[in-house]
Amino acid sequence: MDVAAVAQVESPLEQQFQALVDADGRVEPRDWMPDGYRKTLVRQIAQHAHSEIIGMQPEGNWITRAPSLRRKCILVAKVQDEAGHGLYLYSAAETLGVDRDELLDLLHTGRQKYSTIFNYPTTSWADVAAIGWLVDGAAIMNQVPLTRCSYGPYARAMIRVCKEESFHQRQGFEAMTVLANGTPAQRQMAQDALDRWWWPALMMFGPSDTDSPNSAQSMTWGIKRFSNDELRQRFVDATVPQAEHLGLTVPDPDLTWNGEHYVSGEIDWTEFFTVMKGDGPCNRERIANRVAAHDEGAWVREAAAAYAAKQQARSASQGVAA
Amino acid sequence: MTETSSFTAEGGHGAVPTSCEVEVDEGGHAGAQPLWEVFVRSRRGLSHTHAGSLHAPDAHMALRNARDVYTRRQEGVSIWVVPAAAVVASSPDEKDAFFDPAGDKAYRHPTFYDVPEGLTHL
Ligand SMILES: [Fe+2]
Ligand SMILES: [Fe+2]
Repeated sequence: MDVAAVAQVESPLEQQFQALVDADGRVEPRDWMPDGYRKTLVRQIAQHAHSEIIGMQPEGNWITRAPSLRRKCILVAKVQDEAGHGLYLYSAAETLGVDRDELLDLLHTGRQKYSTIFNYPTTSWADVAAIGWLVDGAAIMNQVPLTRCSYGPYARAMIRVCKEESFHQRQGFEAMTVLANGTPAQRQMAQDALDRWWWPALMMFGPSDTDSPNSAQSMTWGIKRFSNDELRQRFVDATVPQAEHLGLTVPDPDLTWNGEHYVSGEIDWTEFFTVMKGDGPCNRERIANRVAAHDEGAWVREAAAAYAAKQQARSASQGVAA
Repeated sequence: MTETSSFTAEGGHGAVPTSCEVEVDEGGHAGAQPLWEVFVRSRRGLSHTHAGSLHAPDAHMALRNARDVYTRRQEGVSIWVVPAAAVVASSPDEKDAFFDPAGDKAYRHPTFYDVPEGLTHL
């Protein structure tokens, strides 16, 4: 037996773990799990949580300027949901033995990232509509399979998230419909938003499977269920007819129908890498806003902690007196 | 393209780098605010069910936060919050030994018994 073969022999615990996952069972917080599995999940869930809370900013940008009270109420509810998604996910990450404050610190110092999609600016109201329709639409494609992820707390958090996401997508599509059927200027805004968000939305699914070595391991562990390309294809197939319904043009001259699927043109990843590395239009602003919100809220957390300590001391002394 | 190997679409909102690791301490940490487990009764007649957890400085804030985090769509008519530190749990390592005693007592189930054909209400 050579060295490589010896290294591949799994311990009984590892075998048990893999058997559970292969049988589509769920792993729960205090179960034994391979180190790599735990680390992958912590990273994935944390960066997913970061994406949810950073994702509040591009849309939050339009709350005060929503075109009607109805749209404003909807947008506030949607942005509040994204905060909730972040909280569900931070709790799921904490079941793996990390501390929430530590995760926030990693986000604030740039050592952990969030989805690149949130580094694009929202320059018009139509962008809010396009985000709900396309970005939340793409998120749903990614998130629905995660409701069956092998790690129980993550899967349960995703069930809650997915229930809320369909409202996000529908309100976006509805807002887009209103613009697409509006004045020529409004229709132009809608087309312009589709032009700018289409490719970034496709890039949300990540690189092609042949370029994504992490995917295979995540599939073995039951964390990932479908390949990046498969999910991207589903999104394209679902979304192109919606764009047609709106009377808008998908900004892909190479897009064709092969009798079964819509086949999109080549994705240009160079822009993606620029944004990824921190040189996107809004990277610095997003983190600066996040850090400012955290720092400016410090006094509230301190006051609440001081109040809790005082109440506790009071009830303890009353307990002694009684 | 070699750069692509350093990120993938992991979470819901798309591709993120895969190089960002955190030190994991399995013992867990005591965060600045204590952790609370949240249980929600979805409607009268049903028992409270575990919904998730959250951080709050005291029980009162924990309840209010739980309402905002877990019942934004009327998912509950009653909430319990319990300090996570107060939960006593059976150990997953002893799972087999702990639950074994019930394993060989098939006679506790009605299906253990033969019912003569044609008879009902048994
Ligand atoms: Fe979300
Ligand atoms: Fe969403």
